[in-house]
Amino acid sequence: MEFFRNTNIDFLGKKWYFLGFSLIFSVAGILSMLFWHGIPLGVDFRGGTLVYVKFAHPPNYGQIRSMLDHAALHNAKFQRLGDPSANEVVISLDEKDTKETDLSKGKNQIISALETNPPQGKQDLNNSDKVGFAAVRDSLVTRDPLHAAPAEYDRIARQVLDVLKEHGGVLNSIDELKGVVPDAVVDALKQDFYTSDFGIRGADIVGPQVGDQLKRQARLAVGFSLLGMLVYLWFRFELIYGVAAVVAVFHDTLITVGAFSLTNQEISLTVIAAILTLVGYSMNDTIVVFDRIRENVKLMRRESLAEIVNRSINQTLSRTILTSGLTFLTVLSLYLFGGEVLRGFSFALVVGIVIGTYSSIAVAAPMLVAYQEWRVGRSARVPVSIPAQAGKGKGRAKA
Amino acid sequence: MQKNLLAKTGLIIAILLVFLYGIFGLPKSFNGDGLKAAVLDRIHLGLDLKGGTHLILEVMVNDAVNAETDRAVETLKDELQKAHITFADISKPDPQNQPERVEIKGVSLDAVSQLRSIVSDRFREYDLAGGANNTWALVMKPTAVADLKNRTVDQSIEAIRTRVDSLGVSEPVIQRNGMGNNQILVQLPGVDDPGRVKDIIQSTARLEIRQVFNAGASYPNEQAAMQALGGILPPGRVLMPGASILATQSSPDQVYLVAKIPVVGGTDIRDARPSTDEQGRPDVSFNLTAAAGQKFAAFTSAHNESGADPDHYLAVVLDNKIREVASIKTEIRDTGSISGGGFTDQSAKDLAMLLRSGALPASLHYLTERTVGPSLGADSIRSGVKAAIAGLVAVLIFMLVYYRGAGINADVALILNLIILLGFMGFSSSVLTLPGIAGVILTVGMGVDSNVLIFERIREELRNNKAPAAAVDQGFARAWTTILDTHVTTIVSAIILFFVGSGPVRGFAVTLTFGLLANLFTAVFVSRVIFDAVLSRKQRGEALSI
Repeated sequence: MEFFRNTNIDFLGKKWYFLGFSLIFSVAGILSMLFWHGIPLGVDFRGGTLVYVKFAHPPNYGQIRSMLDHAALHNAKFQRLGDPSANEVVISLDEKDTKETDLSKGKNQIISALETNPPQGKQDLNNSDKVGFAAVRDSLVTRDPLHAAPAEYDRIARQVLDVLKEHGGVLNSIDELKGVVPDAVVDALKQDFYTSDFGIRGADIVGPQVGDQLKRQARLAVGFSLLGMLVYLWFRFELIYGVAAVVAVFHDTLITVGAFSLTNQEISLTVIAAILTLVGYSMNDTIVVFDRIRENVKLMRRESLAEIVNRSINQTLSRTILTSGLTFLTVLSLYLFGGEVLRGFSFALVVGIVIGTYSSIAVAAPMLVAYQEWRVGRSARVPVSIPAQAGKGKGRAKA
Repeated sequence: MQKNLLAKTGLIIAILLVFLYGIFGLPKSFNGDGLKAAVLDRIHLGLDLKGGTHLILEVMVNDAVNAETDRAVETLKDELQKAHITFADISKPDPQNQPERVEIKGVSLDAVSQLRSIVSDRFREYDLAGGANNTWALVMKPTAVADLKNRTVDQSIEAIRTRVDSLGVSEPVIQRNGMGNNQILVQLPGVDDPGRVKDIIQSTARLEIRQVFNAGASYPNEQAAMQALGGILPPGRVLMPGASILATQSSPDQVYLVAKIPVVGGTDIRDARPSTDEQGRPDVSFNLTAAAGQKFAAFTSAHNESGADPDHYLAVVLDNKIREVASIKTEIRDTGSISGGGFTDQSAKDLAMLLRSGALPASLHYLTERTVGPSLGADSIRSGVKAAIAGLVAVLIFMLVYYRGAGINADVALILNLIILLGFMGFSSSVLTLPGIAGVILTVGMGVDSNVLIFERIREELRNNKAPAAAVDQGFARAWTTILDTHVTTIVSAIILFFVGSGPVRGFAVTLTFGLLANLFTAVFVSRVIFDAVLSRKQRGEALSI
């Protein structure tokens, strides 16, 4: 089976279309970053509080709002998480409401806002923050419903927590434990615990200080990896190859970040990992084409650089499309099945792989040719200043 | 040729076995559950998959500096009074922002040389500088401040570790977070009640030193003690259980009779470290705060080995359990040692550590808290693994359809790549996180790319009417430079990611780097061996399935 064979597409002839396309997306992204959504940073970078709440029943959003307002959490935002049937909501607080002096204050406020009429003197079994294995075991050992050794209660407490885990962290009532543990244990637990109709599945609380630190790290990571690649390409090819590749990769990063801004999706730490991956991936794609150009420059001494570049892109086109297609396939499966946690990460890669493939053909390669033409033009106009180079303009790029 | 091929195949199988061992170890049973348990025993899941808590704390190191300079203020007042030097005031102008600075006001000019000699004698870690209006600044040396801050973070880490260990959390990570920013990273996998753990970490565990009666001897148990005491506790005294480290086999429940009111409370101890006594035996040195030092000196001068009181013993009590009983040799002031010869190097170190960990040297602030509930983690791994497998299967099938015979090479290479990668993770006991899974997926992507590059090149050579063997040879040779360049650039960026990034991003970088190294082996070497094996069975001129 073969999809592409001896293609002969004049890619360089379409460079103005490419330029237009790239400009439209880059500028749209930049405008959105400047005037519309800004760069929507995730809680990792800007600081803030995120609390993932799972309800036992489909949540009533109006009621959640009024509960939060009642607790004076007017700035709290919430949105559904994942599948509607999962009954999951993520509640977020601004960085302004997240102070390092009392980091979990916001989270505790959210929890107590959602608690409706908690029974006195009992602990919430669904609210996993302080109730865990130790609390359940200690309660059982104290109540001693089975007149058994503490080791037995260790085992039963584990079972209770396993049931809780199977139910996604939220039990409708303690009676759901019946059948798994002895009824006497269920009755004993009811004396110390109750179940609210929600459970905290997880929380991200980041103080502003760490956020700033991570922002700096992320900028350094992207900057240094671009620099590292530039140096390697300079060493393996020539400076202009490195520059062209880095410009192409920068173009990809810009458009991907722009896509996050346009769709108003938050950039988290894992999204930065994805962006760095796409930097590597796009670079990979560009190098494959450059390698072929370098090889063809030696073989085809009579053709112009434009022809060589065109030929090289066509020769590697089959590989480019195949690899991109297959990588796109894996990333797409990550996007579709990877769940809510990987959504941002895989979105960055889905966008990045398309743009990264495009840019090695449409940005990096034409840049090489443009540079070449500019050099030749300049040396023709001012032959006196660099006489030794006058006839060798093309030769330089062949090295 | 044939022999060479056999050797190479042997090498590949050997590597396969080594890395399979890396993944599974030696499983107890070979059914599904046994294998799963064996894998989880070797490849640890990260917090995002297993559930757990990730905390970043900041140690308020200025607390420790303030405590040190507070003590300096007190000592200096004492010294100046002793030397009959008059002064108007000794205080700290700005404890919040300049905890290392003490100001001495109103020292008469003729006493300055005396002041200088006191500072150079007793305050080696300070610089003395004159200022306007007869004000002298006693400032802690920058190296001493840095040293103290450093020690404070180390002490906090040890204190947290002791506490976390006492909670029975398995495989906790407690380490400095980054360089020079006084932060501590705490990762607690599988903790289902993070709120409780957080409270315990941040609280100051109660550490006390109490006088021990009954000449330092213990009673085998509480009943025996009450019997020996005639059924009534003497006033001002209580029975306290010994910790398990003190227990002997004959009396595992031993109790001591101790004073109800401790001589020293947990906040009175400033620092403790293992040292040696005059005879070179290990002991434990400690420092007390100024106020506690005076109290302790009075107590220890009244009760020590040279005195008549037989109750010259001290008990180190942590959370109402006696961890250590020691004899008082001499009067102890703000600095002293707990000795008695009964220490080994290790027990001296442990006791010093306990003394330090008991008193947190500075307060702690939480900077970041991430909690992944066990059910959320389970959901993530389910969908992450599902996506990874779906993507992988799609790629494997496509390669078979598109490249037919050669597709087998690619699939074998890809699967072997995954085995090596996972085996490496098993050997290095690295932690598999969600971004790590993404790294695995991208490794698969790069693996596919290498195969496609080689196969497309071979196809090109075949189109130019080269013989299969020559086409394979040329295809690999030509694709090699490209593959090398692409891998090196990606590894360069992964390494940078490792050094600049933190936490999950690092896991991603490690997975990607090793995956790419494995890929160089599988996509180039292994795939080549398979081609050679196929070609060696073919007749001359027979076509290659690609």
